[in-house]
Formats: sequence, structure tokens, C-alpha cells
Amino acid sequence: MDIIVFIINKAVITGLVIGSVYALGAVGVTLIAGILRFSHFAHGDVMTMGAFFSFVLAAFFAGLGLHWPIASGIVVLPVSMAATALVLYGFDIAFYAPLRRRGARPITLLIASIGVTMMLQGVLRLFAGTQSYSFFQNEPKLLYRIDLGWLGATRPLTLTQPQAFMIGLTLVCCIALALFLTRSRLGKAMRAMSDNPSLAQVSGINTQLVVRMTWLISGALACLAGTMLALDVQLKPDLAFNIILPIFAAAVVGGLGQPYGAIAGGFLVGFAETLSVFDWSVVTKPFNAYLPDFIVNAPNLALVPTEYKLVVSFVILVAVLLSRPTGIFKGVST
Amino acid sequence: MPIIEVKDVVGGYGAVPILNGVNIAIEQSDIGVIVGPNGAGKSTTLKAIFGLLRVTSGNIVFDGQEIANWLPDKLVPMGLSFVPQEKNVFTSMTVEENLEMGAFIRRDDFSDTLEEVYGMFPVLKEKRRQLAGELSGGQRQMVAMGRALMSKPKLLMLDEPSAGLSPRFVLEIFEKIVTVNKAGVAILMVEQNARQALAFATRGFVLTQGQNRFTGTGAELIADPEVAKSFLGG
Repeated sequence: MDIIVFIINKAVITGLVIGSVYALGAVGVTLIAGILRFSHFAHGDVMTMGAFFSFVLAAFFAGLGLHWPIASGIVVLPVSMAATALVLYGFDIAFYAPLRRRGARPITLLIASIGVTMMLQGVLRLFAGTQSYSFFQNEPKLLYRIDLGWLGATRPLTLTQPQAFMIGLTLVCCIALALFLTRSRLGKAMRAMSDNPSLAQVSGINTQLVVRMTWLISGALACLAGTMLALDVQLKPDLAFNIILPIFAAAVVGGLGQPYGAIAGGFLVGFAETLSVFDWSVVTKPFNAYLPDFIVNAPNLALVPTEYKLVVSFVILVAVLLSRPTGIFKGVST
Repeated sequence: MPIIEVKDVVGGYGAVPILNGVNIAIEQSDIGVIVGPNGAGKSTTLKAIFGLLRVTSGNIVFDGQEIANWLPDKLVPMGLSFVPQEKNVFTSMTVEENLEMGAFIRRDDFSDTLEEVYGMFPVLKEKRRQLAGELSGGQRQMVAMGRALMSKPKLLMLDEPSAGLSPRFVLEIFEKIVTVNKAGVAILMVEQNARQALAFATRGFVLTQGQNRFTGTGAELIADPEVAKSFLGG
């Protein structure tokens, strides 16, 4: 029983948290890919930028001496999500829309987004330096312990407050997104534009409005994902670098342009990563006594060493592109 | 006053114009049919009216308003609707959602229009929750027409509505078009099935090489030996 609790603490909860981060980031990428028809490589840095907005706001409130029962990084989320959404929309107006007006091909927009990501990396380092920041310098990170003695376990289920909120907020966002896409006029218009952009225009759908909503929603979700990741580990300017590949892997696995696919893909990649770097020798240790002498239990049974975590997403991405490029939910394949 | 007038329109997709001075005029009660050989500029005329390509000279006047080079999202609220020839439904959305998208520009309650469309195409009501991509060609064409009718247009333009349909469906589609016209919607359509379409037309236009060749009522054009010889297969 203790082993199960250990697995839940170290693998399941971690998988859920990292899966949530990838899921929300991938939803943004997939919406932009489906409606604006290009791969937005700057998304990782948008998530980092969002995390920095949250950090600055949280530090500002800490400076004012305000404290809440919930971590300040979480409390300021509505404001930082709105700010990130608006800034991302600003990037569209400044960089991508002029190219679209001139009839730029998707590859051109992709390269433009690489330019935006480099710009963001420079700007973030200009203002924040290259060091790491912790959201919890001035306040404690609350840990929830759930006692499972009644199930026969001696260790408790441990969950930090940011982790609990991450999982909860992701669930809320997924439900909200599903309702938006299936019940609201604008959500259905987004699906229509993703399905058939020229017919959407011919039907009189306000394509400018749909594009604006796409950027705003993607920006808000990116900020949520980036902030929660920074709350779970640390805030660093190069948060983006380790995120961009898994997010694209998640979006492609789920089918580019399919929001539900992005969510599924995010959790798939998240769990694949977590379970690959998990040290399975802990699980097999109790069985040591039953093994014959010639089988020796290795000290570390992780599939992939933790430094090579990115390999997992890379392998998944390559495997999907080779075998089923349209992904689980059959998105666009270009 | 004609509901739409296309006067000496020159235009195309790039440097070389496909339309070299096209003239079309129909009244609110008309069923207008444009026929002609391949490459004559029939579909191009409809797309020029709907703002899907560049008009370099000439006028297009709809309901008294000059609309040349206006984009579709300004034309639909004015009462213009277009059914393209290909990819004319949202395949990943249900039949009912497709119809809802046709009513996007409407801010009022459009449920009575929805019921009218279902009344005209009963099979759509049956399949309202099915994905449009799963329907047969003829049923998809009905979804496409229904979608265009949801905005309560004054003029409905159709690009080869009978394309790819079995003969039974061709007749059914033309009959539905006549019903729509009787309900007060002007029709302007391009057709490859020239003889069948002209039988319903109150106004016919034969185009060749981006210009008008013959004009008259549908009956006149069918009866004209020159038209019959060149375009209707004798």
C-alpha cells in the first residue's frame, strides 16, 4: 500500500500537474494552428512571459503587505491572464497580421514566430536577468497531507497547494472551453473557421472577431499554464525552452486544430515523460527476495535519465509524425 | 429596379482578367441562370459579385448600392447569400450547427427561420444532429442551401448546384430552388446542366470568354437554334 501511495505521489500527481501544463499550452497552440493555420513557436515564451507577469504582480502585492490564504501567484492570475491575452493580441497586430495581409505563407508566419520568441527571450532577460526566482520567498508553499491510514498506508498522500489548484483550474478550463465551443455562437464560429475558413467567410462570419478571440484565449491559457509551472518548480527565463517541444508534441499527437486532442495529448505526453523518468526500482524492490540469484535488481530502473526528459517528447513527436500525422483526433496535417 | 446589376465588369484572379465586360441584370422575382462553356467566366462572375476576387473596372449594384470589391461579411447582412460549388458545408459540424452558422449575422431569434428551412428540406430535420460530412452529396447540397437561406437573403447565388448529383437529385434541387424563388428570393445561378436549368429560368445569360453572348428568357434561349447548336447539344 505504501508503494502505491509513493507511486501516486511521485508519478500520478506529477503526471497530472505536468500534463495539465502541457494540455493548456497545447490548446493554445492548436487553436492558433487550426484557425490561423501556422505553428506558433513563440508560445513557450508567451507562457514564460505570463509567469513573469504573475510574479511581478505577486511581488507587488507582497510589497504592499497583503497576504491571503491562497498563494499570491494564484490570486493574481485573473489579472496576469488578461494582461498576457492582450499582449499576445498586440503581437498579432504588430507582427503576424501585417504578414497575413500580404498573403504570407504559413512557413513565413512560423519563422516570424521564431523571431518573436527570440525577442521575448531577450526582453525577459533584459528586465529579469538570467537567475531563477521563487514565488515562495516571502510566503510558505502550503502542503496538503491526506492521511491514508484507513487504507493501510503509513505514508500520507502529499500535494502542494499550487499542484492542487493546477489540477482543479485545468479541469475548470477544460469544461469551460468545451461549453464555449459547443454552446456559444462565437465558439461555434471558431470551430467553423477551423473547419473551412473560406466557407466561414462566405457565411458572413466575422473572421476578425474569431481571430481576436483565438489570440485572447490562447494567451490567457498560456499565462495560466506558465504561472502554475513556475509555482510548482521555479521561475526562470528559460522555462520556455523545456516546454515548447512537449507542447507541440502534445498538439500534434492530439491532432493539430482539435482542442480536445490537445488536452488528451497534453496528458499523454505529461504521463509519458513522468513515467519514463520514474525510478521503477522502488516498485520492484519488495520483490527482490523472490528473485532467483542470477537476476539482479538494478539500482535505478528509470527508462530515461531525468536530464534527457525532452527525448520523450521528441520520440513521441517523431513517432506520431511518421505513423499518423493527423493525430488521434484527425486534425490538419500541414 | 433590378435587384442586382453587373455592368461591364472586368476582373479576375491575377494579372489576366477572366471577365472582359460582363453584363447581368435580374429583378427580385427572377430566376437567373448563367450558362456557357468551360472557362467562360460563369463561376467567376458570381465570385466577383460576392467579393471573392478583384474587380478592376465596371459596376456591381445590389439593391441600389454599389458593392464592387466589398467583402463577404459586409454583403451577407445586406441580403446577399452564396452557395459555393465545392466544400460548401462544415463537415465536422452537425447539420443544425451548419444552419446556425448561416444565421451568424443575425442577432434576433432565428428559430422560425430554422423551422422554415426544415419545412423546405424535411430530411435535414431528420438528420439535424448528424455530422454534415456523413451525408450524401444531395443531402449536403441541401445543407449548403439551407445554410445560405438562414440569413434571409434577398438574392441567393448558387454555383453549379447540380454538380456531381444523381439525375433524381438534380430535379429535386431545381424544384427546391423554384420553391425558394416563389417565397420571394431572387435566384442567380451558374449551371453546367444548361438545358435543364434554362427550363426553369426566367432570365438566361450565355457567356463565352468572359463576355455575354446571348441573353433572353429561359424559354427563348432553349428555342433559339443558334444557342441550341452551340451550347445545348442540338
